[in-house]
Amino acid sequence: MTDQLPAIIVLMPLLGALLSVLLGMFDRKLCLPVALVALAITASSAVAMLANVLASPGQSLSYRFGGWDPLVGIEYRIDALSGLVVLAITAVGFLNAIYSKTRVRDESPRREHYFYALYLLLVAGLCGMVLTNDAFNLYVLLEICSLTSYALIAIGNRRAALASFNYVIIGTIGASFYLLGVGYLYIKTGALNMDGIHAALRANDIADSPTIKVGFILIMLGVWIKMALFPLHGWLSNAYSYAPTTTGTLMAPLMTKVMVYIMIRMMLSVFGTEFVFHEEFWSNGVVWIATVAIIAGSVLALARSDIKKMLTYLIVAEVGYMVGGAWLGNHSGMIGASYHILSDAAMTFCLFLAAGIIINRTGEARMNAFDGAFKKYPLTMIGFTVGALAMIGLPPSCGFFSKFYLISGGIEAGQWGFVVALLFSSLVNAVLFFRIFERAYFPKDLASGFEFGGDPDAKPDRSLDQVPYSMLVPMLIAAASLLVIGLANQTIVGWLNTALASFSLK
Amino acid sequence: MMLDHAMLANLIEDTVVPKINFWIYIILMMTGLYAMISKNNLIKKLIGMSIFQTAIILFYVSIGVKSGSGIPILGAETQREFHEVEHHNHEHDEHPEEFPDVYAYPTINPDDYANPLPHVLMLTAIVVGVSTLGLALAISQKIYHEYGSIEEDEILAQIKTRSDNDD
Repeated sequence: MTDQLPAIIVLMPLLGALLSVLLGMFDRKLCLPVALVALAITASSAVAMLANVLASPGQSLSYRFGGWDPLVGIEYRIDALSGLVVLAITAVGFLNAIYSKTRVRDESPRREHYFYALYLLLVAGLCGMVLTNDAFNLYVLLEICSLTSYALIAIGNRRAALASFNYVIIGTIGASFYLLGVGYLYIKTGALNMDGIHAALRANDIADSPTIKVGFILIMLGVWIKMALFPLHGWLSNAYSYAPTTTGTLMAPLMTKVMVYIMIRMMLSVFGTEFVFHEEFWSNGVVWIATVAIIAGSVLALARSDIKKMLTYLIVAEVGYMVGGAWLGNHSGMIGASYHILSDAAMTFCLFLAAGIIINRTGEARMNAFDGAFKKYPLTMIGFTVGALAMIGLPPSCGFFSKFYLISGGIEAGQWGFVVALLFSSLVNAVLFFRIFERAYFPKDLASGFEFGGDPDAKPDRSLDQVPYSMLVPMLIAAASLLVIGLANQTIVGWLNTALASFSLK
Repeated sequence: MMLDHAMLANLIEDTVVPKINFWIYIILMMTGLYAMISKNNLIKKLIGMSIFQTAIILFYVSIGVKSGSGIPILGAETQREFHEVEHHNHEHDEHPEEFPDVYAYPTINPDDYANPLPHVLMLTAIVVGVSTLGLALAISQKIYHEYGSIEEDEILAQIKTRSDNDD
């Protein structure tokens, strides 16, 4: 049974999606339980699979679909890094499904079954992308994710359709570039299995051929478009902020992070470090692009007064962190980038959930939603504060440790521009979030925030934030996970070390 | 610079003719990319997207071709020989766990057949392309219902006036 875990992780959400549509035709109340059961099974399989992987350190699990040889069939391969990323995806998917209970009912009434079918397909696609070891299978799963996310965004508010349309155009260009790159690799190596491509590149000594270089550039361009690296980030902000609340909270933490994982996987497993970091000029150039992305994302975030837009530009900056860290070409940078995939997924998730609650309660999408928010929604604001402090990078939250590894990687590589950009971005985040804290904790109009002399029992359900538990609890769990990931950083980094040990990083 | 006829013919023969499939796919792809980025009409953008995806399909299909190769289906003669070997293996099934006698099979020369794998991959890519196009058309219908137009500049102008009114 435990041998089949990788297949269960991908197949359970697919089955759930099918059941959601079928049962939804009879009773739409059944959709959420179906989705929750499917995601719970997926998440627990992810935990069990990670335990399996960690039981044999330094080795990766291989799962062959239908028992076919990897050169012919599709192989899934799981090491500590992909196990952790899958765990993050399934955990976010499960918690966000709980959060979606009231939101989906209010935002897309009478169409819940379609929403949950798309939602589960998106989770299945994301898990599959991380697990698969087949370059073409990755393209198919990437398109499953893209198609479902286009549809999920388009059911948002009045401006969502146009945002989704632009995302379709840009996303198709990105995915097509990836497909083209895989084609170039196939011409030269005759393999689609990632390990097979790597073995053929090394055995035939063809890594210097222009075909492979063009393939590499096309794959990287495609992945960068899909992860919204700075000059290619145009689609992200509108798409994520006009989407329905629960679509935003699912996609913002996961899509870009999974694409970063794909980039790392391509760099390490397919092309190999000698190939990627061979020409220092180019790898330094990518670090500089990432540096610009960090600064531009931070400044653009500072310029927004719309809460969701501000958070989406923070994602652009965070993508710069991870791309820069991965391209530093040393061990600390790669550890920082892969650890930041987990911590950034948790941070973004927590902030989007908390912001979603505030926007929903106040009906206000701009900064003034936070006026006196601490008095009105204390638990939500505690969650938001933890998320914000992690984003700024205060210990013991996970944000501090990922910045620590990224900065030490930057210093080792002598990339001072990148180090300065990281520190600058922390300062900008501090300004950004303390602006919100000021509104939330010390409102200018004291009467609106604090009530003097009144009866303290006048607000009976203040402690519940007047928010349904289904929204509050996932948000608080996400906030707690930031501290857990931060405090357990040594364990997690130890696991990542074993996963990255086989790739000859400096 | 002047090129005489012979030089031009040589140049075309060296760079264009042997790689004609690459040239065609690149021209088609750039046409599609141009339409996707610079056209104002949403449907024209989608036509560009279709051309773009079709160019990649063409590229994949063309890399499976080898000179002098046929379609990857076994001829009747080879099929009959295969059948005989299978039949023979079944008759002598005393040791079922034993490996079948592969040397009895007729040899197939892979050079005789076009590589079927890129073609099979493109079946999936065609399905993906069709579903993307369908979804994008549905979204543009939604945009039309919302704004009464599928011209991007008109939609953006409407968005601008609306948000000015909101403030």
